[in-house]
Amino acid sequence: MRIGILAIQGNFEAHAKAFAEAGAEACEARTQQDLDRAEALVLPGGESTAMLKLLREEGLWEPLRRACSAKPVFATCAGAILLAREVSHPVQESLGLVDIGVERNAYGPQVHSTVARLTTGEGEALEAVFIRAPVIRRLGASVRVLARYQGDPVLVEQGHFLVATFHPELTTDRTLQKMFLGKAARVAA
Amino acid sequence: MFLSDQFRVKVGLAEMLKGGVIMDVTNAEQAVIAEKAGACAVMALVKVPSDIRKDGGVARMSPVSKIREIQASVSVPVMAKARIGHFMEARVLEALEVDFIDESEVLTPADEENHIWKHDFKVPFVCGARNLGEALRRIAEGAAMIRTKGEAGSGNIVEAVRHMRTIVKEMRAIQSYSVDELTAESKKHGAPLELMLYIHEHGKLPVPNFSAGGVATPADAALVMHLGAETVFVGSGIFKSPDPAAFAKAVVKAVTYYKDPLKVLEASEELPDGMPGLDIRQMAESDLMATRGW
Repeated sequence: MRIGILAIQGNFEAHAKAFAEAGAEACEARTQQDLDRAEALVLPGGESTAMLKLLREEGLWEPLRRACSAKPVFATCAGAILLAREVSHPVQESLGLVDIGVERNAYGPQVHSTVARLTTGEGEALEAVFIRAPVIRRLGASVRVLARYQGDPVLVEQGHFLVATFHPELTTDRTLQKMFLGKAARVAA
Repeated sequence: MFLSDQFRVKVGLAEMLKGGVIMDVTNAEQAVIAEKAGACAVMALVKVPSDIRKDGGVARMSPVSKIREIQASVSVPVMAKARIGHFMEARVLEALEVDFIDESEVLTPADEENHIWKHDFKVPFVCGARNLGEALRRIAEGAAMIRTKGEAGSGNIVEAVRHMRTIVKEMRAIQSYSVDELTAESKKHGAPLELMLYIHEHGKLPVPNFSAGGVATPADAALVMHLGAETVFVGSGIFKSPDPAAFAKAVVKAVTYYKDPLKVLEASEELPDGMPGLDIRQMAESDLMATRGW
């Protein structure tokens, strides 16, 4: 499976490495052609404002919306902010494809970033690295919660979208990459 | 040490800044221009380096009120500079909850022998380096990000190029040695053996490696990205240019698309010439900032 990793800004390289380790072909996506060629997409962490700015400038906003509407998408942290229906703190534009409301930097500045050990609803252990992470403040009816931290949903899915507010690419555990590849294969079939 | 949760979280933020541009700002107005242009973080400092150079005297941490004003005006991470060895300026910045501290040779050093012991802090640090030994000494002290020193405020990319090429070349050389030769190399570079072993195995630093010091144009930024930088710091190059908003936007684009000369051309279209520059070879040794720290 060819995974296109949005490489406008952020830690796209770590995602590429993680997906390669999970057995997928990972490619950096910076142009409309890159987005078209990918079978599934990853929206990585980074600064959502920096990504928004360049996506607009480069005319990639609509191509990205179309690609995300049609293909399996795994979004982490800033990626979750790009996909959310509404964004607060501050209010900003988003693709609005996943029915959640997120608050940016909701835990506060970097000194409040942390590594947490979570358990998914299925009882699987997960190590979650939160970096100036957003919090999902509103959940739409079509969104399923897979894991929570301090009561807040941190890993959710809606149709072909898998969304994490933390960074699975910054651990050595490839559970979520494999879960996403399985999901993408089912969507493709 | 690289496996502790605290260190991973520090390096994690450095990871998020990759492929972006970190811009020096002195007040809220400049911070907003930087964020609007697509900066992935801003760096608060008392004056941009070329003004520090021009005005002389002692350059210290930015006034607290200015840092608070910048924090209140943007949503991207706010970094701030502390003097080399000035762990109390660093403690104050940590209490202010800045997102990253730059222990920087651009400010007047507070300690000519010792750098800050950075492991004791919750906030991550970035430090400058001219070569591999210096980079590894800073990492051993707890730096979560390394940047080339370059020659800040010069508008001249030559030193950033020299430092990036040196670090990358020295890492390649380390990889070519056999393990039993690394103790001697460790002694030569003045760097811990443990970190030499890491370089030998991975061929890269255990923390992100960014470039700084002398970036004045989109092509300068793309150049250092090609040489191995993972992100670019721009100091005087933005706010001492004739059109800060346009320069900021152009450098952001050039960093994302550094592999594509047509995109770097697009970014450079219609920009006037950059900030006035200095010829490093004609500068007095005492005017160089890169030689501060070791």
